[in-house]
Amino acid sequence: MPVNETLSQYSDWSYTTSVVIYILAMVFFLVEQSFGRRGREVAERTRNRELVGAGIDNTTSRIGNTAPGIDNTTPGIHNTTPGIHNTGPGIRNTGGAPTRAERFGRMGIALTVLGLLLHGSALVLRGLATSRVPWGNMYEYVMITCFVAVTAWLVLLRKHPVRHLSMFVLLPNVILMFIGGTWLYAVAAPLQPALQSYWLIIHVAAAAASSGVFLVPGVASIFYLIKARNESHPEKFAKFAAKLPAKDVLDRVAYRTTVFAFPVFTFGVLCGAVWAEAAWGRFWGWDPKETVAFIAWIVYAAYLHSRATAGWRGNRAAVINVIGFAVTVFNLFFVNLVTTGLHSYAGVG
Amino acid sequence: MTPAPSEQTDNADNAVPAYRATPLRRAWALVRNTWRGLTSMRTALILLFLLAVAALPGALLPQRSVNERNVNGYLDEHGWWGSLLDSLQMFDVYSSVWFSAIYLLLMVSIIGCLVPRTSDYIRSMRSRPVLTPRNLRRLPHHERVETTDDVDAVMAGARRRLRGWRLAEREEAGGARSISAERGYLRETGNLLFHFGMLGVIISFAAGALYSYEGQVVVLADGSEFCNSGIYNYDAFEPGLQVDGTQLNPFCVRVNDFDAEYRGGQPVAYEADIDYQSGDDLQTGTWRQHHLEVNEPLRTAGDRLYLLNHGYAPTFTVTFPDGQSRTQTVQWRPVDQQTYLSEGATKFEEPGITDPVKRRERQLAVTGLFAPTPSMHGNILSSAGPQLNDPQVAVDIMRGDLGFSSGRGQSIFEIDQSMVDAGRLERVARENLEVGQSLTLDDGTRVTFDGVERFVALQVSHDPLQNWVLVSAIVMFAGLGASLFIKRRRLWVRATPVEVTAGATGEGAADGEGAAAGAAGDDAGGGAAGGDGARDEGNAAGDESAAGGVTAGDGTAGDAKPDPRRTVVEVGGLARTDQAGYGEEFTRIAAELLGRK
Ligand code: HEM
Repeated sequence: MPVNETLSQYSDWSYTTSVVIYILAMVFFLVEQSFGRRGREVAERTRNRELVGAGIDNTTSRIGNTAPGIDNTTPGIHNTTPGIHNTGPGIRNTGGAPTRAERFGRMGIALTVLGLLLHGSALVLRGLATSRVPWGNMYEYVMITCFVAVTAWLVLLRKHPVRHLSMFVLLPNVILMFIGGTWLYAVAAPLQPALQSYWLIIHVAAAAASSGVFLVPGVASIFYLIKARNESHPEKFAKFAAKLPAKDVLDRVAYRTTVFAFPVFTFGVLCGAVWAEAAWGRFWGWDPKETVAFIAWIVYAAYLHSRATAGWRGNRAAVINVIGFAVTVFNLFFVNLVTTGLHSYAGVG
Repeated sequence: MTPAPSEQTDNADNAVPAYRATPLRRAWALVRNTWRGLTSMRTALILLFLLAVAALPGALLPQRSVNERNVNGYLDEHGWWGSLLDSLQMFDVYSSVWFSAIYLLLMVSIIGCLVPRTSDYIRSMRSRPVLTPRNLRRLPHHERVETTDDVDAVMAGARRRLRGWRLAEREEAGGARSISAERGYLRETGNLLFHFGMLGVIISFAAGALYSYEGQVVVLADGSEFCNSGIYNYDAFEPGLQVDGTQLNPFCVRVNDFDAEYRGGQPVAYEADIDYQSGDDLQTGTWRQHHLEVNEPLRTAGDRLYLLNHGYAPTFTVTFPDGQSRTQTVQWRPVDQQTYLSEGATKFEEPGITDPVKRRERQLAVTGLFAPTPSMHGNILSSAGPQLNDPQVAVDIMRGDLGFSSGRGQSIFEIDQSMVDAGRLERVARENLEVGQSLTLDDGTRVTFDGVERFVALQVSHDPLQNWVLVSAIVMFAGLGASLFIKRRRLWVRATPVEVTAGATGEGAADGEGAAAGAAGDDAGGGAAGGDGARDEGNAAGDESAAGGVTAGDGTAGDAKPDPRRTVVEVGGLARTDQAGYGEEFTRIAAELLGRK
C-alpha cells in the first residue's frame, strides 16, 4: 500500500505541536517548582503525607479503639487513605484550597495530557499513513518511547506525590523528541523486507515501552542521589533538595517502575532473540545492539539484587539505576547511529 | 526482603575457631570460605557488574565473530594499539579467557546460591506459618476493633476471608485464639525458577556453541544447486569447537529464481523459488518446492536455510583471437545496499596455452562496477536504484598475471593489487557497456557484456541446543514474573475475649503508649481512644495514665472475667519482601475481617 502523504503530514504537525505543548507544560511546572517558599511547602507536605502514610495503620487502629461505634470510624479510615493513594494528578488534598503554585502544577498536568494526546495521534497517524505499526525507524522509535515515558509518569502521579518533579521528566523527553524530530527524522515509508515480521510489532513495542518506563526511575534515582548528598552535606543542593520529596518516596518510585519495566524489557530481549533466529540465522550473535541490551539487562538485574543486599540499598542502588538508564540511552543513540550492526536500520542519513 | 541465605552464614565463621586449627582444617576453612564468598549475594553482584563491563568492548570494537573484515581494517589503522588490543582478545571478547572466566564464576555462584536456597525453599514449603507474635502492634500493619461476636465467630469469619492463604490456627492463653496466615509462596518458586532458567540458558547457550555450525554460500538463481555435504561447498564456514565438518546434516537445494519487489525504489519483498531434498528424498531423488523468504527460513534435516541477501552476477564472454570463447557468470558484491551498485572481478584464462610463463602473461580480468539502474555523472557510472533497468557495467580490462600461482588466496571480488603494483598486471581497456555491447582489445580479443543473473546469499545454520535455550528462557521469564509481582506476605488475626469489670466498655489503657495513642486518635478525628494492648504487658486494668485515653469505664481494676459477648479482634500484617504496596491489600482485608465492609 502506498504511503499516504496527507496523513503523514498531519502526523508531523501533531508531533511538533505536542513538543511545543510539553515545553509549555514545563514552563508551568517550573513556575510551580520555583515559587521558592511554596515549592518547599509542597515538599514539606509530601513529607508529612509520607509520615501519615507510614503511620496510617496505627492511626486507624487507634480510631478503631473508640469502639462502641465501630461504624463511625469508617470514614476516618477512608478519609486518610485517599490522602496517600488515589491522589490523582491533582494531588494536594491535604486541606484548604489549592495554592497558586498548585494551580500552576495542575495546569501543567492538563497541558501534559493534551500534549500526550497529540503525541499519541502523531503515532496513530504515522501508522495509518504507512499502513504498518509506527515503529520502523529511529524517529518513530523515539516517538513511541517518549510517549510511553510520559504515559508512565502520568500513571505514576496517581499514586505518588511527585507532581512537582514533572518538569524533570518532561525535560529529557522534550530533548529526545527534539532530536528525534530533527536529526533522526525519516520520511514515512514502507518497511524493508527484513523488518516485515510480526516480531517487529512485539519486539520493538516491548523495547520501546521498557526504555520509556526506564526513564522514570532514572530521573527518580538522580533525585535520590541529590537528596542523599544533601542529607549528608546539608550545604550541598540546599535549595533544590528542599523541594524534593523524601528519599524513600523517590526510592519507591524508582523501584516500582523498574520492577514493571524490567520484565517488559526481558520480554523484549527474548522476542528479539526469537526474531533474530528467524531473520539472521542465529538467536544471539553479539551484534552491538544485542550486546548493549545484554549489558543494560545485567545492570538492571544488579539493581534488583542490590536492593536485597545489605549495604547496597539506597545510594548504591540508585547509582546502579542511573547507570542502567545511561546504558539504555547509549543503546538508543550510539549503537544505532555510530556502530554498524544488523540493527542499523535507523533510516537516518 | 529475603537476604541471600549465604549471607546469613557469613558471620558464622567468626564463631568457629574454638578448636585447634590443624593445616587440614585450615585448608578446609579456606575452601569453605572461598565457597561462601563466591556464593554470597555481594559476589554475585560484583560478578554481574564485571560481566557487564566485560561485554562492553564487544559493542565498541569490531568483533571477529561478527565481521572479520572490520577487525582487519581496525588492525591496519591502529598499529601497536591494535596489536595490543588483539593480544588482549579484545576482538574476540565473547570467546576470550577473561569473559569466559567471569561467566563461569557467575555460573558457580548461581549454583552455589541455588542449592541452599532450594533446600530452604523445600523446608519452608512444608512448614506451617509462624506463630502469631505476642504483640501485633509492633507490626508495620496493624488494626484493632472490638466486636460483639464471640471468638469462634471471629475465627470462622477469618478462615472464610482468608481462603487461599496458608493458615495455622492456635489456642492461646486466656481463651484467645489466633490465626497465622501466609501467602505468596509462589514468589520464591518463581525466583528459583528464574535462576534455574537462567542457568539453563547459560548452559545450553555455551553447549550449543560447541555443536553448532554456520555456513554462507552464494548460489546463482539460475537453477544452480548447493549441497550441505562438506565445508568446501561453502564460501565461509564457522564450525563450533566440536564440529569437524565431516558430519553435516545432508540436504540439497536448487535455486530456480529470485524475485525482489520494489515500491518507489524501496524493496518490500525478497523471495527465492527453491527446490530442496533431504532425508529419504536424497535417495529417491525427489525435489520439494519451497518459497524461501526473508524472516522465514526453511527448516529441514535439523538445519535452517536462510535467505540473507541477494545481488547481481554479470555475464561476460571473452572471445580470444583464435576464435575460442569462454563465458562466465560470477557474482559481484553489492557495495551499496540501497542501490545495489556492485563491484567485482570476473577472471579468465586463455584456453590452450600450455607454457606456464606465457599463460601468466595472458590472463584477463574484467573488473569494475555494475549498476542495475545506471545513472551517469559525467563519465562516472553509479546506480540510481536496486531494480534491473537497462543495467550497465563500467569495466577495466586487466591483462597479465592474476597471481593465481602466488599461493595466496584470492578474493573472488577483487584482483590482486600487488600484481598491479608490481607492473605484472596492466589495464588494457576501460569502457562502459550496456547489455549486448562489447569492446575489443589491441590484440583482437573481444569482451562482451551478455547480461546479468541474480544470485542469492544463503546461510545454513545448525544449533542442536537452541530449543533448550528457548525452553529455559521461557521458564526464566515466567519465574521472573512470579518473582517480581507476587508479594510474600503474612497476616495474623487474634481474637481475645474482653475482660470486663462492671460497666467498663473497653480495657483501660495503661502505659504511656496508650496515652500517645489516644492523642493520635484525637488527631485523626477519632475522638478519645483508649490505648491498645495493655493486655500484652499484663496489667489489664487502667491506672492514672489511662487518663490519656478516656474510655467509658472509670478504669478501676477489678477481678477481670471474660465477657462472652465482646471480643477484641486484632489484625497484623507484614510484607516479607521490599515491594511496597501491601498496605492497600492489608487495609482491605482488615476492613473486611473487622466487619467494616
Ligand atoms: C546473571 C546472574 C543473575 C541474574 C540476571 C539475576 C537476576 C535476578 C532477578 C531479576 C531477581 C528478582 C529480584 C527481585 O525479586 O526483586 C533476582 C533475585 C534474587 N537473586 Fe538473582 N540473578 C543472578 C544471579 C544470582 C546469584 C549468583 C545469586 C546468589 C548469590 C542470586 C541471588 C538472588 C536472590 C537471593 C534473589 C531474591 C532477592 C529478593 O527476594 O528480592 N542471584 N535475581
